Amino acid sequence: MRALRLTALLYLGALLVAPVGLIFYRTFERGVGAAWHSVTTPEAQHAFWLTLVLVVIAVPLNTVFGVATALLLERREFRGKSLLNSVIDLPFAISPVVVGLALILVYGRTGWFGDWFAEHGIRIIFSAPGMALATIFVCLPFVVREVQPVLREVGTEQEEAARTLGASPAQTFWRITLPAIRWGVGYGVVLSTARALGEFGAVAVVSGRISGVTETATLRVQERFEAFDPVGAYSASVVLALMGVAVLLFMNLLERRRKRPRAQTTTEGLA
Amino acid sequence: MTSASLRARPAIAVRVPLAGGIAVLYLSVIVLLPLAAVSAKAFEGGFDAFWEQVTQPQAVAALKLTLGISLVVTLINVVMGTLIAWVLVRDEFPGKSFVNMLIDLPFALPTIVAGLTLLALYGSRSPVGIDVAYTRVGVAMALLFVTLPFVVRAVQPTLQEADREMEEAAASLGAGPWTTFRKVVLPNLRPAIVAGGSLAFARALGEFGSVVLISGNLPYKTEVASVFIFGQIENDNVQGAAAVSVVLLLASVILLAGAGRFARR
Repeated sequence: MRALRLTALLYLGALLVAPVGLIFYRTFERGVGAAWHSVTTPEAQHAFWLTLVLVVIAVPLNTVFGVATALLLERREFRGKSLLNSVIDLPFAISPVVVGLALILVYGRTGWFGDWFAEHGIRIIFSAPGMALATIFVCLPFVVREVQPVLREVGTEQEEAARTLGASPAQTFWRITLPAIRWGVGYGVVLSTARALGEFGAVAVVSGRISGVTETATLRVQERFEAFDPVGAYSASVVLALMGVAVLLFMNLLERRRKRPRAQTTTEGLA
Repeated sequence: MTSASLRARPAIAVRVPLAGGIAVLYLSVIVLLPLAAVSAKAFEGGFDAFWEQVTQPQAVAALKLTLGISLVVTLINVVMGTLIAWVLVRDEFPGKSFVNMLIDLPFALPTIVAGLTLLALYGSRSPVGIDVAYTRVGVAMALLFVTLPFVVRAVQPTLQEADREMEEAAASLGAGPWTTFRKVVLPNLRPAIVAGGSLAFARALGEFGSVVLISGNLPYKTEVASVFIFGQIENDNVQGAAAVSVVLLLASVILLAGAGRFARR
């Protein structure tokens, strides 16, 4: 047993802990000043701002879509249900670069709707709307997949009781269903937020990577690294890593609230 | 009449035509139309044009490398992931809940940051003297980092629910720990391992952010499919990019469908 434990801990240490720890060390090795300076330049501030804007657009939209879709899939019967159910998982299975390419081919200048958008003076690709679409694409399944098992677990008895007692469908949803699934929704929101904050490939393809204009925080990490500015790359990484750690703590908190082992995201999609 | 239509008015306020229509529209605008566009682009000049793009040497090399490395990474994940899950469920040691939380770190950390951290420790300025930058080993490490949670999180709940009496019976009948694990525990874990492993494999096939810095993108040597696609887009060979994308798409869709079928059994 001890050998197994040691193997597991060494593996995790070498693969996760040591590299992430080193980034923190490298960032502050020449003092907090340099690191602080490089994450507060106008370009850096704009990058973090843009990342937050994308999260604020993508996560709420996916949450509404996610809850509605989970309700449809768990509470209704309709034709094409199993097809819808499997299509939801597609974004998990697709390379982020392919996501970016796909969006360009529809919404780009030479894409399917390119002429129409050009005529109306709307720019999607190489600007914020395209980046928002990419972000929505990659974190689309999380809320659906977290809410579905919870809906199945709580069953329909309480909802039916509420309806029998004269509650309207809307009342039933707000008073009965939503409170019952709130931890599932919360968990999905946290996972979506983490994914949206960290998305790189899809956004890299559709953004055109214009520093100070369409550069998100993750794109800035790469740009700084390639500009031979390790402190810039490391310090931006540390800010992103801290956001990641915050997400992790949140996940842990929600998990305890739910008192249920998770891993639904990893296996639910397949069921 | 089906049992569904016999049921009383469903209690929840989802009108299938309206909510379903919106859900399908949302999915179409964001996911389905773009994916259709990729396939259309890949086959724009007919199957021959597609084939020509997929079989050009650099594309073949990238696809082969991606497939090979993803397989290796998945195998390592299956072994290490099962081992870690086992330790987290069956072992007791101080700091276990912290280690358990750590497993989700790759999901919480941006992939580009994951790649950068590995490069800092195992790159040319490595403080421990290991330099895997711009090598296939480096690419594999990046993929191992981002795919770590899949097998662990799939196996953990199954292991928690596993009936330990069977193991005790096997042990009392004289089976050693390894035989007990192989003959009693492993068969029960197999669906979870396959499910987690396929997700890890699918993820590895398409991974980009964590690989882009550490691989150095050397064609024929460390260039994986996603990086190849990215390069083709930048070089304005959109059809080449779309053709290789379709191959990746097919691979992951088949994989997920197959794993889903297996997991349901």
